[in-house]
Amino acid sequence: MVERYVISIDQGTLSTRCILFDQQGRLVSVAQREHEQYYAKPGWAEHDPTEIWSHLRRTVVPRALEGAGVGPDRITAIGIANQRETTVVWDRRTGVPVCHAITWQDTRTSGYVERLRRTTGDDFFLERCGLSPTTYFSAPRLRWLFDHVEGLRARAERGEVLFGTMESWLIWNLTGGPDGGLHLTDATNASRTMLMNIRTLTWDDELLAYFDVPRAMLPEIRPSAECYGMARAPLPDVPICAALGDQQAALFGQTCFACGEAKCTYGTGSFLLLNTGTELVRSRHGLLTTVGYQIGDEPAVYALEGPIAVTGSLVQWFRDRLGMIHSAPEIETLARGVEDNGGCYIVPAFSGLFAPHWRSDARGVIVGLTSYITRGHLARAVLEATGWQTREVVDAMNADSPRPLRQLKVDGGMTSNNLLMQFLADVLDVPVVRPMVSETVSLGAAYAAGLVSGYWPDLEGLRRNWHRAAQWMPTMDPARREAEYENWRRAVERSLGWARP
Amino acid sequence: MAGPVQSIERAAAILRLLAQGSGRLSLGEVAASLGLAKGTAHGILRTLQSVDFVEQDRATGKYQLGAALLHLGTSYLDINELRSRSINWTDALAARSGEAVRLGVPLEGKVLIVHHVFRPDDTFQTLDVGSLLPLHASALGKILLAFGATPLEPLMDPEPESYTRHTLVSRQQLNRALSEIREAGWAAAVQEMMIGEADIAAPVRGQGGLVVGAVGISGAVDRLCDSRGRPQAPLVGLTRDAARAISRDLGAARW
Repeated sequence: MVERYVISIDQGTLSTRCILFDQQGRLVSVAQREHEQYYAKPGWAEHDPTEIWSHLRRTVVPRALEGAGVGPDRITAIGIANQRETTVVWDRRTGVPVCHAITWQDTRTSGYVERLRRTTGDDFFLERCGLSPTTYFSAPRLRWLFDHVEGLRARAERGEVLFGTMESWLIWNLTGGPDGGLHLTDATNASRTMLMNIRTLTWDDELLAYFDVPRAMLPEIRPSAECYGMARAPLPDVPICAALGDQQAALFGQTCFACGEAKCTYGTGSFLLLNTGTELVRSRHGLLTTVGYQIGDEPAVYALEGPIAVTGSLVQWFRDRLGMIHSAPEIETLARGVEDNGGCYIVPAFSGLFAPHWRSDARGVIVGLTSYITRGHLARAVLEATGWQTREVVDAMNADSPRPLRQLKVDGGMTSNNLLMQFLADVLDVPVVRPMVSETVSLGAAYAAGLVSGYWPDLEGLRRNWHRAAQWMPTMDPARREAEYENWRRAVERSLGWARP
Repeated sequence: MAGPVQSIERAAAILRLLAQGSGRLSLGEVAASLGLAKGTAHGILRTLQSVDFVEQDRATGKYQLGAALLHLGTSYLDINELRSRSINWTDALAARSGEAVRLGVPLEGKVLIVHHVFRPDDTFQTLDVGSLLPLHASALGKILLAFGATPLEPLMDPEPESYTRHTLVSRQQLNRALSEIREAGWAAAVQEMMIGEADIAAPVRGQGGLVVGAVGISGAVDRLCDSRGRPQAPLVGLTRDAARAISRDLGAARW
């Protein structure tokens, strides 16, 4: 029998990657390509959507197929995972974006968002979309574009330009672009726009009116797993069967299908998601309510999410801006050169603090500097910042959810850092578990797609594919844990209120 | 026998030049000092830069000796970097073989385990990262010895420890085994460290083909070997595939 595969496309913040998976959920081949990051002004962060699509079509997909030595005829389904909230607006007729994509890291809307929170208040938004306004979500950015791109609002009204997050942009291009491309999004991605009603999973008239967004430019909201249509080049006649925001894809890839199961993905930022089942839980402790996934016509599964803005990117900063290390993994070598943090703490509030604080007036601080501190101590403090930020989110989840977290499933690039994973188990005081496929974002997209195409029979079948690759058990003395946590909290306090409006 | 390779002679001259004097020279200065065409000098400098023997100052564009030259004798690949680059392939190897996977590098006459993936049966297992294995009694270690990642001589005086009746301890036995491993491109240690246990390993190569580590699977001898105690061919194939994939990621083009 000829072996067939599912292909996943993970359009991420730094790169676009494509992975082929076999029936046991094992990685068969992988290809990836980074794209340019544009920082035109302080606080701005953009991508060129045309570059991303061109990389996918010309390099990433062909190389992934080549790596497995197969053609598109051996691919049973396409699943897409993507960086969330990144906003693309493009011309329906030509397929040309009206400007660069404004990414989720971009804080240009901070003034506008502050005003929203002051004048309208969080409750109006929380009630409808489950999110309180931050610079993170798409709607404020869309509004910014209307205010700054001449004639855009009118063109949107006439249906000449289309809005989408990255999956919409890629699906539209994969299905023909100007020549009949499908304009759609899925419920998880739509749940991050601030335009979708979190209960009905449809565009919300009041929110559309509030942000002054014309319905004509919006994609159709579909389930996360469903056959959307057939792709053309570079994967002709392969059905596109799934789309999920990357963090929701990771939740799916970690097979967190039951209420109470949680995962944290450690990338540029880190994202802890807890499955809350078909029940919508509203957080009282600074977490977001979001759609976890929706399979076909089944009811949506919701999740609580704690996003942490800066984790892996702190290591990148340490490497690129401070030049302390040559490659990200070397931070472990440097950090192991010392016993502890030497009393030094780094709060990486580069663009404010996300969950559970949500303080845009916070800025990064390094505290506890003495003449004793070396590069090694700083490296420790960099890694520990990720541990403590996770602890704060887990504390918030435990306060919101009836069942305390019993173990944390982790994935993402930083899970190859053993020192960090041990520290995480130590500060959370629960086992930390890494699954056999650490590419859970891609795996989740593949799982959802393969479920639709019949490549995998059901969720239980997917669960059986999940295996433990590594586990770290807590060993830290409780008194030391408490003392260190206290120090961290005092460091966080010092970061607050630094940025003046 | 062929004569000296001109580009290597020129590269050596460039390194000597940079090691003299102020140490920072522009492309023009390098070319003029050695009487080379700028294009030729540039090509060699770029290659030396790609192997970290030469560094270029971002602001001035001038060249100097690279940090890697100072550490020529020690491993040039950070072990945490090695783990990070291997993780996808070691996961895949564990998933495919059904066995635990370990990645080892030489450290002071032993194999240091730098990465460990559990056997995918969800039983309770603990991480072996940081533990040490004997070079002569493990497949990982024999790979490191066979491909010159660490020398055999220091082990032989006195003869290394014999763990089981299968452990190779004499110089003659070990030399024969290492030569067979070089020939085959993979190694096995069957009940050489512990009765009932076996491991299979293959070399991980970095730039230029230099062996920087060994990757392998380990487990019960009745799963890893056939009834005659010979390693199962499919498992050997999977191990070698994973080693090649990691090597490709590390920039070893031909493997």
